[in-house]
Amino acid sequence: MRSDVSLYDLSAPPSLDAALAILAKEPGKYTPIAGGTELMVALGVGRLAQHSLISIQHLRELRFIRVEDEAIHIGAGTTFTDIRRSQAIAVDLPLLVQSASWTGSVANQNRGTLGGNICNASPAADTPPALLAYGATVTLISANGTRTMPYSDFHLGYKKTVLRPDELLHSISVPRDFADYRQYIRKVGTRNAQSISKIALAAIARLEGGTIADIRLGAASLTDRPVRCSATEAALQGQRVDGVNLEATIRAARAALATEAKPIDDIRSTAKYRAAVAANLLEEFLRSL
Amino acid sequence: MSTPIQFTVNGSRQSVDVPPMKRLLDVLREDLHLTGTKEGCGEGECGACAVLLNGELVNSCLVPALQANGSRLCTIEGVSAEGRLHPIQQCFLERGGAQCGICTPGMILATHYLLDKYPNPTLEQIQEGLAGNLCRCTGYMRIFESVQQAANTISP
Repeated sequence: MRSDVSLYDLSAPPSLDAALAILAKEPGKYTPIAGGTELMVALGVGRLAQHSLISIQHLRELRFIRVEDEAIHIGAGTTFTDIRRSQAIAVDLPLLVQSASWTGSVANQNRGTLGGNICNASPAADTPPALLAYGATVTLISANGTRTMPYSDFHLGYKKTVLRPDELLHSISVPRDFADYRQYIRKVGTRNAQSISKIALAAIARLEGGTIADIRLGAASLTDRPVRCSATEAALQGQRVDGVNLEATIRAARAALATEAKPIDDIRSTAKYRAAVAANLLEEFLRSL
Repeated sequence: MSTPIQFTVNGSRQSVDVPPMKRLLDVLREDLHLTGTKEGCGEGECGACAVLLNGELVNSCLVPALQANGSRLCTIEGVSAEGRLHPIQQCFLERGGAQCGICTPGMILATHYLLDKYPNPTLEQIQEGLAGNLCRCTGYMRIFESVQQAANTISP
């Protein structure tokens, strides 16, 4: 059943400050909308509960890619296409480019934003595993100022985040010192293209000799939210992946991952399938090292 | 509630007074009577409603009218000029890239966008460029051939 659009209110504040002032005045009344690739789908099928919206799609203050020595800072309003067109991101953060490239079609990549992908807070979102593996931080902004935190602390549960009703996600900052890391990402969906993932894993590791000196794992659909797999990382730290040691390391990795894999059952897959495939992806990564 | 929206559609200035959350697709079809843009899924999956918004390919079913305010739009009606088919349209016609026709306007716009970026696209680039446009008739091979012929015609 189509929504009656005349019952919905949408305005376009002229600046980020103006948008934040509106959110601060009546916290919770307004829902921000950027590229519309999520909320407009809900509208189309008559399921958009929020009736007062403010557009942040045109706000230039939120659409930037700024490269500094230590990190690349990406505005929340940056589209997937912007990410795919950035030479700096292509060189330093290949897993982010890969995940942006398999987020929907070209037309949706032209509209959908990195901030929307994060704030929509789907456990199956495409870019969070790469951002988690890279150890990204997020900066939230309100009329009262900004706060910055590890992205791994942002998601609280299924579709729940730390974002307050008067706040917007401002930017995502990703360290760029991964030149000596092996990098891996794989999304398992119903098809190769245009599908929402059943499970996805992003992984980076730095080896010293045959030993894992550092490893970071980010996963989609492994739990009710995008997660960093800290227990598995801890279990793999200092383990050997050379020769006869590899099989024992894989066994330890699978056991550790099982302790933190708590997937949901939904229309796209089952918890059992997701946990099994996640372990297979982790093994694939370890065998590639 | 309604909001005045002004934009340039296929080169001509247009003003409409519509609810700001009205889908651009519906503004085009109902208010401007440009019915070449089709609705397929209404969820951004099928690409039948694709148009160029400020030169970028978008699904018009996912664009609230207000976000098109001040923009430059190109729909399928704006692809041909002076009563002559655009080479992309001619090639779709000649190679059987169109059958029932519902997906065709979106296919043509997506091809237009693709060939702007890649004048001589590889098969992989064609497949990715059109991956958001679903066709239930052709099996895609004739569409890919149409795009290849269009590329050869425009950028020999």
